[in-house]
Amino acid sequence: MAELTLVEAVNDCFHTELERDENVMVIGEDVGRAGGVFRATAGLLDRFGSDRCVDTPLAEAGILGSAVGLCMAGWRPVCEMQYDAFSYPALDQLITHVGRYHWRTGGRMTFPLTIRMPYGGGVRAPELHDDSPETYYVHTPGVKVAIPSTPADAKGLLAAAIRDPDPVVIFEPKLHYRSLRGEVPEGDYVVPLGLARLAREGTDLTLVAYGSMVPLCEQAADELAGEASVEVLDIRSLKPLDEDALLTSAGKTGRVVIVQEAPRVAGFGAELAAILAEKAILDLRGPVLRVTGFDVPYPYWQIEDAYMPSVARVVDAARRLLQF
Amino acid sequence: MAQVAAAEPELRRVIGDGDAVADGEVEGLSEADLLALYRDMVLLRTYDERSVVYHRQGRIGTYAIFWNHEAMQVGAAFALGNDDWIFPSYRESAIGLLRGMPAETILSWWRGHPNGWWNPADYNVASISVPIATHVPHAAGLAWGKKLRGEAACALAFFGDGATSEGAFHEGANFAAVMRAPVILLCNNNGWAISTPLSAQTRTEALVDKAIGYGMPGTRVDGADVLAVYEATREAVERGRAGEGPSFIEAVTYRAAPHATADDPSVYIDLERVEEEKKRECVGRYEAYLRRLGVLSEEAAEEIRAEAADVMRAGIAAAEAETPADIGLVFEHAYVDPPPSLADDLAEVRRILGGSDG
Repeated sequence: MAELTLVEAVNDCFHTELERDENVMVIGEDVGRAGGVFRATAGLLDRFGSDRCVDTPLAEAGILGSAVGLCMAGWRPVCEMQYDAFSYPALDQLITHVGRYHWRTGGRMTFPLTIRMPYGGGVRAPELHDDSPETYYVHTPGVKVAIPSTPADAKGLLAAAIRDPDPVVIFEPKLHYRSLRGEVPEGDYVVPLGLARLAREGTDLTLVAYGSMVPLCEQAADELAGEASVEVLDIRSLKPLDEDALLTSAGKTGRVVIVQEAPRVAGFGAELAAILAEKAILDLRGPVLRVTGFDVPYPYWQIEDAYMPSVARVVDAARRLLQF
Repeated sequence: MAQVAAAEPELRRVIGDGDAVADGEVEGLSEADLLALYRDMVLLRTYDERSVVYHRQGRIGTYAIFWNHEAMQVGAAFALGNDDWIFPSYRESAIGLLRGMPAETILSWWRGHPNGWWNPADYNVASISVPIATHVPHAAGLAWGKKLRGEAACALAFFGDGATSEGAFHEGANFAAVMRAPVILLCNNNGWAISTPLSAQTRTEALVDKAIGYGMPGTRVDGADVLAVYEATREAVERGRAGEGPSFIEAVTYRAAPHATADDPSVYIDLERVEEEKKRECVGRYEAYLRRLGVLSEEAAEEIRAEAADVMRAGIAAAEAETPADIGLVFEHAYVDPPPSLADDLAEVRRILGGSDG
């Protein structure tokens, strides 16, 4: 096993998957000669050629729209959206076609495309380089969504997405692109969609998170050591969702705090909380709490720390819930 | 790359008016071809006129009328090979008839029955794009993807004058040009986007002027002249196959019918102009051309009309004989490999609404 950063694991996945399947191609802005602004696609152009690693015009709807046509021609395109918020022009294609075309053909034609993008804040970046847009995507029928929190999962979930017969969107926590290192299996490595990861076992309270909020929850669990035994559940596959893992953990601890970076209103945490209300209410000892971003534009970076869920806010929520 | 010439501003025509404007001809078209074009136009005309009747009779739902657009649809499709793809908007909903699709399938689509689904690869006809212009990038992607595989297939996208205001049109056209993809952008300029006239859509003198902005050749044809559309499309296909990339064709006609069955144009359109346009409608013009050439007898025309009527009678009978769609279909085909929660949802719907397990 190699010790890789999260973005190196993404790159490793690409090298493996493009080698494995000659129908896989990578398209996006600056993915070729520059190797991607975060170097996620480094080396692909030289190794696989300009037909399979394509620098496109600066046109997100054009990238995703042409990917639909590429699927019709038998390709498995992987589309890079350069940043989370730059993907919004592509939502039109996502909603009106990507999530519907397989259905529209009565299941006769498949659209095995992947969309991936760096997401999230905390990186001291200009406006619209910090968003957590997963809810827009996960709310779209016909589209699957996964968000890794470790280098190994960044490789394994991307491989699963590329091989999946349905459109899959992968959000990569850019905050941890280079700050997080971990063991990553070499060669073929797939983490199946639909399985959560128990990041840490505990008995008194469950912190539920995905992506960049998982390491934060682990720090919060450390801080609570001595007060409570805290479980950290990494959802990692938002759709399909591992409901069993969520309900099992809630059943065990009886206390759940959901941590998400995206704005609170109708965010994915609300979906998780609703599932707990519908299916685990009798197992719960107190309310399901959320620690989230707020219903405001992501702030300018000098004050972004007040917006981002922090260890202090997670610990505060956990202590309130431990009163029950 | 060679400089692209400015688009030709004049409308290209082949069919004369039987008076001052002489008839032309298109090289390479046999009498059999000329009659095949006529047969296709009559088939689409019959489809369209019958569909309006079926709608009034409550046998199909809301329907987007394409009366007086048959020439551009038939002329363009006839210039393609069977390996070339067509990306229709809702205005070209019945274009699949020209590729062997049963009328029943399209009627089912307008009846809101899942039997209206088809596999695009069976006919090389993409699904009907209901949103405006968003299928233009699909055509670019398909043609680009085929080119990468060494296949010579072209992709022709139909879209309206209003679609040129959409961002998706721009991104698709630009993508096609940059990738030198063999795409034919066929703009159906019928002057109206529901109630919005072209003058409120653009300040460009002719929509074809947009072509030069993408570095592709453009041509402007009389969209009610099937032969002019055919010839322009054939040239675009030849360019595409020769690796010269996309072309833009502005086919100018007039929307002499409502946008759709739910539309009442009397509140916004000049009805006298509509009556004038109806006198020049495309099927009649082509029929008169063939008569002047001595290619079409009344007997043959009658036979062709009767064939088309039979296709529609059989199509609507088959569509109406469909068994009602099972509610389980609500949950099918959203995913190849669906999330487990969909099975729970189906079980709950069945428990409450009933229905078989199939």
